[in-house]
Amino acid sequence: MTTTTIDPRAAAAEAVAAAPVFHLEEEHAHAEGGSTMLGFWIYLMSDCLIFAMLFAAYGVLGGNYAAGPAPKDLFELPLVAVNTTMLLLSSITYGFAMLAMQKGRVGQVQFWLAVTGLFGLCFVGIELHEFSGMIHEGATPMRSAFLSSFFTLVGTHGLHVSVGLLWLVTLMIQVAGRGLIEANRRRLMCLSMFWHFLDVIWIGVFTFVYLLGMLR
Amino acid sequence: MQSSIAKFIFGRLTLDSLPFDVPILVVTFIVVALGAIAVLGVITYFRLWGYLWREWFTSVDHKRIGVMYMVLGIIMLLRGFADAVMMRSQQAIAFNGSEGYLPPHHYDQVFTAHGVIMIFFVAMPLVTGLMNFVVPLQIGARDVSFPFLNNFSFWMTVAGAIIVMISLFVGEFARTGWLAYPPLSETAYSPDVGVDYYIWGLQVAGIGTLLSGVNLICTIIKMRAPGMTLMKMPVFTWTALCTNVLIVAAFPVLTAVLALLALDRYVGTNFFTNDFGGNPMMYVNLIWIWGHPEVYILILPVFGIFSEVTSTFSGKKLFGYTSMVYATVVITILSYLVWLHHFFTMGSGASVNSFFGITTMVISIPTGAKMFNWLFTMYRGRIRFELPMMWTVAFMLTFVIGGMSGVLLAVPPADFVLHNSLFLVAHFHNVIIGGVLFGLFAGISFWFPKAFGFRLDPFWGKASFWFWVVGFYFAFMPLYALGLMGVTRRLRVFDDPSLQVWFLVAAFGAFLIALGILCFLIQIGVSILRRDQLRDLTGDPWHGRTLEWSTSSPPPAYNFAFTPVIHDSDAWWDMKERGYVRPLAGFKPIHMPKNTGTGMILGGLSIAFAFGMIWYMWWMAAFGFLGMLAVAIGHTFDYHRDFDIPADEVSRVEAERTRTLAAGA
Amino acid sequence: MSANLPAGHGTAGHDHGHDTAPGHATLRGYLTGFVLSVILTAIPFWLVMSGVLDSKQATAMAIMAFAVVQIVVHMIFFLHMDARSEGGWSLMALIFTLILVVIALTGSLWVMYHLNVNMMPGMHEMKQMP
Repeated sequence: MTTTTIDPRAAAAEAVAAAPVFHLEEEHAHAEGGSTMLGFWIYLMSDCLIFAMLFAAYGVLGGNYAAGPAPKDLFELPLVAVNTTMLLLSSITYGFAMLAMQKGRVGQVQFWLAVTGLFGLCFVGIELHEFSGMIHEGATPMRSAFLSSFFTLVGTHGLHVSVGLLWLVTLMIQVAGRGLIEANRRRLMCLSMFWHFLDVIWIGVFTFVYLLGMLR
Repeated sequence: MQSSIAKFIFGRLTLDSLPFDVPILVVTFIVVALGAIAVLGVITYFRLWGYLWREWFTSVDHKRIGVMYMVLGIIMLLRGFADAVMMRSQQAIAFNGSEGYLPPHHYDQVFTAHGVIMIFFVAMPLVTGLMNFVVPLQIGARDVSFPFLNNFSFWMTVAGAIIVMISLFVGEFARTGWLAYPPLSETAYSPDVGVDYYIWGLQVAGIGTLLSGVNLICTIIKMRAPGMTLMKMPVFTWTALCTNVLIVAAFPVLTAVLALLALDRYVGTNFFTNDFGGNPMMYVNLIWIWGHPEVYILILPVFGIFSEVTSTFSGKKLFGYTSMVYATVVITILSYLVWLHHFFTMGSGASVNSFFGITTMVISIPTGAKMFNWLFTMYRGRIRFELPMMWTVAFMLTFVIGGMSGVLLAVPPADFVLHNSLFLVAHFHNVIIGGVLFGLFAGISFWFPKAFGFRLDPFWGKASFWFWVVGFYFAFMPLYALGLMGVTRRLRVFDDPSLQVWFLVAAFGAFLIALGILCFLIQIGVSILRRDQLRDLTGDPWHGRTLEWSTSSPPPAYNFAFTPVIHDSDAWWDMKERGYVRPLAGFKPIHMPKNTGTGMILGGLSIAFAFGMIWYMWWMAAFGFLGMLAVAIGHTFDYHRDFDIPADEVSRVEAERTRTLAAGA
Repeated sequence: MSANLPAGHGTAGHDHGHDTAPGHATLRGYLTGFVLSVILTAIPFWLVMSGVLDSKQATAMAIMAFAVVQIVVHMIFFLHMDARSEGGWSLMALIFTLILVVIALTGSLWVMYHLNVNMMPGMHEMKQMP
């Protein structure tokens, strides 16, 4: 330690050892919501595991028809295709809302949010139509373990979309009231993650439930 | 007409649901009611309601919330332990044709409630409470990432505990064992409200646990003081990070599984029924995907406590910091690969069983590495046998025995003999009491002075320690022997009189543990009375090593007047070694979150929702649910959740600290 | 990942969207993602509805592969996942979650399949049994 040295790094280290800094004199005001995006993402990951469990239940129980209807008797792929289209369109329109938000255009944001909401509403409506059709045919969630797990998995996704719609309306009111302030931007970005996350889950649903179901 | 109105209002709740016919419950109710009236009376007499509401219930301060978690855990410990005493005494006398004093209907509720309460409402709140209190202080932060969420999480945990407690006096609790396996927990075999209490109590508390997990992960990732890289984080913070990762990854599984069970019971779906293609074993499979990580959720933070305690009281840096961190991370991941060892006997066959048997044995390697790290930390250290250190040594001896019996159970053929026997009961109590509980007591006596500004009385603490440790061995070693003889768990009466002596010894052990708990409560009382002699003026009563000891005891609301800068994993030790001088001037206003009552309101509404669901009072369930939705959305319209502590106020508090330090020196 | 970065204090959010991924969102990105996902959705539907592939197994493999690719597309273009957002923690959380999802899904299927084979001979009857 006491040997003289010309190595600049060691000299720097020695300087630090001599006069270490133990606290910040000046600090930036702690940014509110600096953790929100990460926190929400972590929450989404936990939601993802809920879906994983529902997929596991469907994977294990989905073949137990109990002498009741099988996927082929129930699923109408054209309807599912329309539904998927609704969700994909709502995704891109939400993307447009985010782009408008970056430019700070409140009117455009509201417009695209409204369009997104309409597509989302269509999605939920079509899904309810599909469900009620099945139930009228006697394919209720109580009929077999296959139907229990089908309704629960697809229904949970639909429930998430519905919650997303409620959130969307709330945010539209808040944006109308306060404009695109920092807090509202953050919330819009969280909803964006939520909305696109539901897309990803839907990819799993239409592939593993509907398409693979038709192949069985 | 009248009956249908009554049915609408009260659902299936009738006067018969109140257990007037069970003398034990009536007496318990009277005692609890009198106690509650006394407590409420005292609070009212001393006009503490306003203080409690302003300073505690609505507080978003992580330290206050941490302390409230601890209080919840200790209160629930008394309830859970009362159940344990009832079981021990029942099993000690139910021989030679005696039926004991607990009818089956009641006994089954007792062992279910004991398990549920001890895991969800004792161990979890105590662990969460310690993490809440300690982590922000250790990383040099002023609060957690989401202070309101923290308060909300706490009240959801309380709401879950209240729902479970209501079942004691209104209706009944589940009679299924603590994991509520179907088909027993299905409507066909448990048509009563017991399982519904179980489901909603855990769902409500689970929301709180999950959100507090998200909160602490973000706090640790985002709010560390400058210079604190991941490999300079204190070990307790590391274990807290891994624990909360486990919480966030495991509790959704529990939520999903219980939701499926609830659908079976409420809607009539067929996930876990015996008919229509349902499969009860799927429930067992899924719930253990949560259940095994849960075990590590409890033990990992406690490993962190032992690490802090060992290095502090040995006066040395922790031996093998890096290996400790990696061992923790490895355990975090491995804990997801062992769940089947809870049901080897299900019949998945040799290949599946051997895979899970081997992974289970592998997980003992990082745990063993930790044990050696603690031993090498103590080796050639100047060990001070203060109370936290005593708990740590007791842990090391006891936990190794529990771990060994665990490795034994990990061998599938051995498990076929020991499955669901008292050997298993002895094993998990051995690791939960000898690990988690000893660690929590170590942590409580270690950090108590930080939280309240005075140390815990050592005499009563040592009395509690010896009663607990000796009592533990008396209570559970006989169960190992009984398990090897083939006695299964959850039995109410016994035919073989030669077994009685073992149960008598175990009951004696429970009695010693009761004395241990009593001494612990006396310890707290005595310490409050003697607080002036036990006062900690320095803020660093143990000659600590991490940042929390650099603050005053108790720390100010803002924790740190200036954000600390870290150069070493034992940051405070490093600061002391290198002549750190506490800044005395130049204070600035500090930005802090405002208190809010929203969390408590949401918790209350969730109780209404759950109670309505349990008793089929649909109007109340709807009210609770819509109320929660409305309050939560309404809360998002509040954009002003922060305020500034003025610089004058900071200067005043810091000047006070300067005076205290001078008085202590 | 961010082991060498000093932690978040004061670095987070001076300017909005500073460390939040959607700040980089572009029209081109969204449109690329949209077009790709339309294609990746349409092909599996077409494969199943028209039955062009003779073997069901081949169709199943193909649509699962498309699903995986489409999920990656959504992650990149809609969720703006990359190794940099939040100092890599978002990606790490995602990878950790995916590992657990794989463990839980394949594990459950494996365990329950073996259970059915061992304990319920004549599993096909399950489909018919009420």
